[in-house]
Amino acid sequence: MASLARLRMAHRLPRASRPLARSVQTSADTTQLHSSPSDPSLPFTLKLHEDSFQSYQCDTPDLEVQLTKEELLLMYRQMQTMRRMEMAADALYKAKLIRGFCHLAIGQEAVSVGLEHGILPTDRVITAYRCHPFAVMRGGTIKGVIGELLGRQDGMSHGKGGSMHIFTPTFFGGNGIVGAQVPIGTGVAFAQKYKGEKNCTFALYGDGASNQGQVFEAFNMAKLWNLPTIFVCENNRYGMGTSAARSSSNTEYYTRGDKIPGLQVNGMDIIATKQAVAYARKWAVDDDKGPLLLEFVTYRYGGHSMSDPGTTYRTREEVQRMRSTQDPIRGLQKYIEEWGMATEQELKALDKAAKAEVDAAVEVAKASPEPSTKDLWTDIYYKGTEPPFMRGREREEVHVY
Amino acid sequence: MFSLPFKASRRFPSLICRSNSTAPPAGGHLPSIATSTILRSTREAALRTPWLRWLDDNASSPSTVIVGGRETRKMNTYQAVRDAMSIALAKDDSAVVFGEDVAFGGVFRCTMGLAEEFGRERVFNTPLTEQGIVGFGVGFALMGHTAIAEIQFADYIFPAFDQLVNEAAKIRYRSGGTFNVGGLTIRTPTMSVGHGGLYHSQSPEGFFMGASGLKVVIPRSPIQAKGLLLGSIRDPNPVIFMEPKVLYRSAVEQVPIDDYELPLGRAEILVSGTDLTLLTWGTPVYHCEAALHMLSSPEAALQPHITASLRSAKVELIDLRSILPWDVETIAESVNRTGRLVIVHEAGMTAGVGAEISAEIQKRCFLKLDAPIKRVTGWDTPVALQYEKFHIPDAIRIVDAVMETLSY
Repeated sequence: MASLARLRMAHRLPRASRPLARSVQTSADTTQLHSSPSDPSLPFTLKLHEDSFQSYQCDTPDLEVQLTKEELLLMYRQMQTMRRMEMAADALYKAKLIRGFCHLAIGQEAVSVGLEHGILPTDRVITAYRCHPFAVMRGGTIKGVIGELLGRQDGMSHGKGGSMHIFTPTFFGGNGIVGAQVPIGTGVAFAQKYKGEKNCTFALYGDGASNQGQVFEAFNMAKLWNLPTIFVCENNRYGMGTSAARSSSNTEYYTRGDKIPGLQVNGMDIIATKQAVAYARKWAVDDDKGPLLLEFVTYRYGGHSMSDPGTTYRTREEVQRMRSTQDPIRGLQKYIEEWGMATEQELKALDKAAKAEVDAAVEVAKASPEPSTKDLWTDIYYKGTEPPFMRGREREEVHVY
Repeated sequence: MFSLPFKASRRFPSLICRSNSTAPPAGGHLPSIATSTILRSTREAALRTPWLRWLDDNASSPSTVIVGGRETRKMNTYQAVRDAMSIALAKDDSAVVFGEDVAFGGVFRCTMGLAEEFGRERVFNTPLTEQGIVGFGVGFALMGHTAIAEIQFADYIFPAFDQLVNEAAKIRYRSGGTFNVGGLTIRTPTMSVGHGGLYHSQSPEGFFMGASGLKVVIPRSPIQAKGLLLGSIRDPNPVIFMEPKVLYRSAVEQVPIDDYELPLGRAEILVSGTDLTLLTWGTPVYHCEAALHMLSSPEAALQPHITASLRSAKVELIDLRSILPWDVETIAESVNRTGRLVIVHEAGMTAGVGAEISAEIQKRCFLKLDAPIKRVTGWDTPVALQYEKFHIPDAIRIVDAVMETLSY
């Protein structure tokens, strides 16, 4: 027994030696310009803060990142547009034009936009209900998202889904059941492997969903069969109204994959998220090393949903502090200005353009008609294979196929 | 109302005692699954299976268009299920079979040899992970693939209930038609086996009846199992295919070896009649057959209890086959002719499939009904281990219900 105990101790040593107090930092403006571009169209080198990543059973990504000015400005524009879109949804909800459930991702833009910059259009993404920015980044439109929230025909699910149910050919939603999308993403990754595609699937879930049993079922299958699944925990520190520490016995979500290596990432710095996603993609696709667990430490400014003010389980000061010191958009703005990539005026012009784009899309979506009565009966079964009849909205309404 | 002096089922033990003294066969003189006339035990009968649709690569070649050119082979239900999966795997490169222990044949041998024949990449074991299995199948099918997943017992399907009801059933609707999991088929053994007890003899089909978007199919025999399973695998909707486990070995038919399908959503009239409609599916089809035999030609011990005037009643026996969507037209047409309906299923009565059918049929056939619709079902209690035989509706309970309904 004594030797066994020593053996176990020895096994634990590498983890124990990791400085426990140190964790990934989440400021959004600590990346440094390493080499100035001699030519604006050429890539330049950035150096990420050394605490941008923590790893579990794998190396951390390179802290040196190559980016072009063009990409940096595109990231800025996209994050700003996504925030504007979510703010528009917030306003439409408060005006009672959007009804039902609505979960906004304001504060988490570096994850959705950074993800898209690190992967290929042919990779697949599946997430939970905080899905609006992903839907747009994956080939959707703002009009389509807002239209769906409004329940209009222009919505990406023709107004039949709503906030949690938005899809594109490479984006499997938008899923309302906490954790249910994770084994589905694993099955999608299996199909990619089965087909021999050089692609992977990013299955996203929150810190709250990380305690769902089926998430662990998916981890096990993905590792067992060496599937190209990247499990992405978007840790915004609160699962609905319960903080991570109050819900999870282990809040280092990147270590919860057992034999699946993991990476904790500063999810407020879009350059770090892009770097981590590219690392994960290379891990699963180019190096064929199976699944990887990514944890983006991020923060949502709003409540869990529209009916949650978001201040009963955390202080207003905490939200205010995150907004003023760790905001992903402001952080990127600071880089761009400090590094001389664009002036404040040029960025303001981008802000204006983002707002104009969203405003125009909202108007188009608002003008779109609601689904027609016949849409009630479609897309339940494949056309031509329906039951003889389906009961409808009132006692005597029966639709006969 | 004519009523029997006391319930026939209570007399069952005394019948056994009487039978012992005259030493008939252990199961009595009733038709059993082995001797059922519903099973098609000749090639000619097998090839005349109603609505059988051939799906051959060379459907136009003369040797196969002619029914006479078709071959059949004697198979029990698990062999027919295996045969269907073998055809699906051979014809569809995107098809895979997975589930607990399927790589070495599965607990009921339905996947025997498939891994050797098609490779372990296509026929593989999963962890004991029902929710994960279905979620994984949903993901695989979302990519346009054919996923044939097995849940080892229908009793184990409940962890996967969310994935089936919330994901598989709704994905087409909630994505506005962008995605579907039409390639997903969940096979699962169902119904009683005589000693399964609480977790191996349940019939959970009724729980899925409200999940629009899903289909639920239950075959009664090898020919039906092969044709309906191939139909389910190729149906562009997710299908739960429940295989009555007691029929895996006991039901034997001559099964056509070629590729064919039977239609989903269609009931089959097994015996035509004019006085009462007897509706069932799966294993109780054979109990109903035995009950009809009891009614028309009761053995000596039973004769005092079978009203003589009812023995000539012509009872229409229908196998529902598809539980969702169910063939309301065929049932309503039949009940409009007969005026009486008895529904038999193994699941409990409360909110069982019979409840939905009764409600719809009384609405459609109200003025034609001569008796209340009667349900003969398992009890609402959990399935007992020791007295399972008395939990499951048997021929005595069915004939009792038929007589009561005929003489209402």
